[in-house]
Amino acid sequence: MHAVQSVSFAVEPGQTLAIIGESGSGKTVSAYAVMGLLPHSAQVSGSIRFKGVQLVGRSEKELQEHRGRNAAMIFQDPERSLNPTMRIGTQITEAVRCHLPVDRKEAHERAVELLRMVRLPAPERRFYEYPHQLSGGMRQRVVIAIALACQPALLIADEATTALDVTTQAQIMDLLLDLQQELGTALLMISHDLALAASYAEEVVVMYAGRIVERAAAADLFGNVRMPYTRALLDAIPRADLEPHVLLPVIGGRPPDLSTLPPGCSFAPRCPDAQQDCRQDTPPLEQHELRHWWACWHPCGKETAS
Amino acid sequence: MTPVTEVGSPAAPGDTLLEVRHLVQEFVLRDYGGVKGGVLQAVADVSFDMRAGETLGIVGETGSGKSTLARSVIQAPPPKQGAVIFQGKDLVGLSHRAMKPVRRDLQMVFQDPFTSLDPKWTVSRIVAEPLVAYAAGSRAERRERVNSLLDLVGLDPAGYGKRRPRQLSGGQAQRVAIARALVLEPKLILCDEPVSSLDVVVQAQVLNLFERLRSELGLSYLFIAHDLAMVKQVSDRVAVMYLGKLCEVGPVRDIYRQPLHPYTLALLESIPSPDPPGGKREPGHVISGEPPSPLNPPSGCRFRTRCPRAAERCAAEAPELRALGADGHLVACHFPLSGGSPAPAQPHVEPAAVKR
Repeated sequence: MHAVQSVSFAVEPGQTLAIIGESGSGKTVSAYAVMGLLPHSAQVSGSIRFKGVQLVGRSEKELQEHRGRNAAMIFQDPERSLNPTMRIGTQITEAVRCHLPVDRKEAHERAVELLRMVRLPAPERRFYEYPHQLSGGMRQRVVIAIALACQPALLIADEATTALDVTTQAQIMDLLLDLQQELGTALLMISHDLALAASYAEEVVVMYAGRIVERAAAADLFGNVRMPYTRALLDAIPRADLEPHVLLPVIGGRPPDLSTLPPGCSFAPRCPDAQQDCRQDTPPLEQHELRHWWACWHPCGKETAS
Repeated sequence: MTPVTEVGSPAAPGDTLLEVRHLVQEFVLRDYGGVKGGVLQAVADVSFDMRAGETLGIVGETGSGKSTLARSVIQAPPPKQGAVIFQGKDLVGLSHRAMKPVRRDLQMVFQDPFTSLDPKWTVSRIVAEPLVAYAAGSRAERRERVNSLLDLVGLDPAGYGKRRPRQLSGGQAQRVAIARALVLEPKLILCDEPVSSLDVVVQAQVLNLFERLRSELGLSYLFIAHDLAMVKQVSDRVAVMYLGKLCEVGPVRDIYRQPLHPYTLALLESIPSPDPPGGKREPGHVISGEPPSPLNPPSGCRFRTRCPRAAERCAAEAPELRALGADGHLVACHFPLSGGSPAPAQPHVEPAAVKR
């Protein structure tokens, strides 16, 4: 089964790339590949270069060195990424000492400094608290502090704000962007929320059934959507500027089973614009405009926009 | 009586379906693992009305008491104080036996369909259970009713009736939960974040389903969500809740066009927009901080610790819900937005404290 097929993207230092897609579209698998976190049964071909260094085919030990030192990941559920039986301070100190050659005291200072950096109120006191004493937003701040423990060059946020309230989500995203500006970290943001990506990322990659179907600068994409799937994702978002009791324009069906992908474009069975050729040949991802790639035989908005 | 008695959407048809009066729900917590116990007032003196066929959206952050409010309405558990008058009958204090016929008209849909569906039962059995519990119809009639409901929520009874919850996707499982809630033809459905755990496209599909069922069956929803944009899609009126109290209630259009409470504005500004004006958004437009502990709420207005407009008066005096602006638009704020005049000062407040 191909969980992910011919996926290519790049993130620059200090930039934010968002990978968007539904459950099962392959966005998390792509991120795991970058982290070297895929299980042994996974066969990765192609290349993943981190600061020019090839990651594909490295041993587990080398990958472990890569994780933490170079790249760190924040997961959706802070409850599950934190150890409920350990004080949060201990958990951060552990992460610091895993990767940096510092003694206990320095690690403690660094941990408090990290808690301050993620704007956890009263960091000296919070240091000795347990995860259950914190709110969901604060826990996610602790997870971010752990991820930042060894100054990674790349931070992967896998649905990092999905479980949070809108207000907390906005706070955490603002924090991530501030930290990014401060530290020059590259941010790879994985989300199912196109609106969130539009608000916070420079470049957006939309995935469907394991392939990239559209890739564009966030500022250009939203007025200029080409791939009908991106259009469908965008239309499905409830918006505060729509009238109440209006049905959302929504596509039917579900993403296909990756083990029995239909021939041609994977989105064709759900696509409102699908034609005969879509069901026979898979459209390649090609650059059609400046900073805008799409994989579609019959892109939308083409006749009006060009 | 507070001015809340007049809450009502003039445009909504039908009689009053649900009246909630001065509802208070409290939980006693013990000290545990470094978290200090005490009496947690999850819902503090909340009153609102709903008319038949109307949908009221309730919005608030985690811990605002919106789920507790819904649970208090169905008496699970019954509230500590106040009245819940459903179809002219006060439910508070009713015996379990007396509640049973009422629950027929009052159903609930939860956030996580997988934990609210029995994993070992087939879809048909899950949807049929309320009919069995109320001994409604013969076996053949029940089967027919289940099939027609599965059809109604967009699941083919032949293909899905025999499946078990683990063989369903999240969206399909939520459709089953909706079918189960509908099978007894209830008047009011309490929806507690019913689409929050779903993917965007599936979320839109289920929202549309709610909307279609509402217009076809004349249902009323009490629709709870933390996302103001989503609530707008389905609601006639919206109530914004913060730390156990309502801060703003009003017709959907007014709330979004002209929010009066600073908290409502903060919630609106937190919604990420797919095409933000001026491209990528700049940090710093969101309210800071987190809701204070409900064990020890701030004096006066509960939002004042995070409010950019807070003045001395806000700490001294809790604002009451009062009518302001268009019909049925209520706000509990001393210094409402959109040029609303400050609330008439109480005698004991010094004028200097009111000025800002």
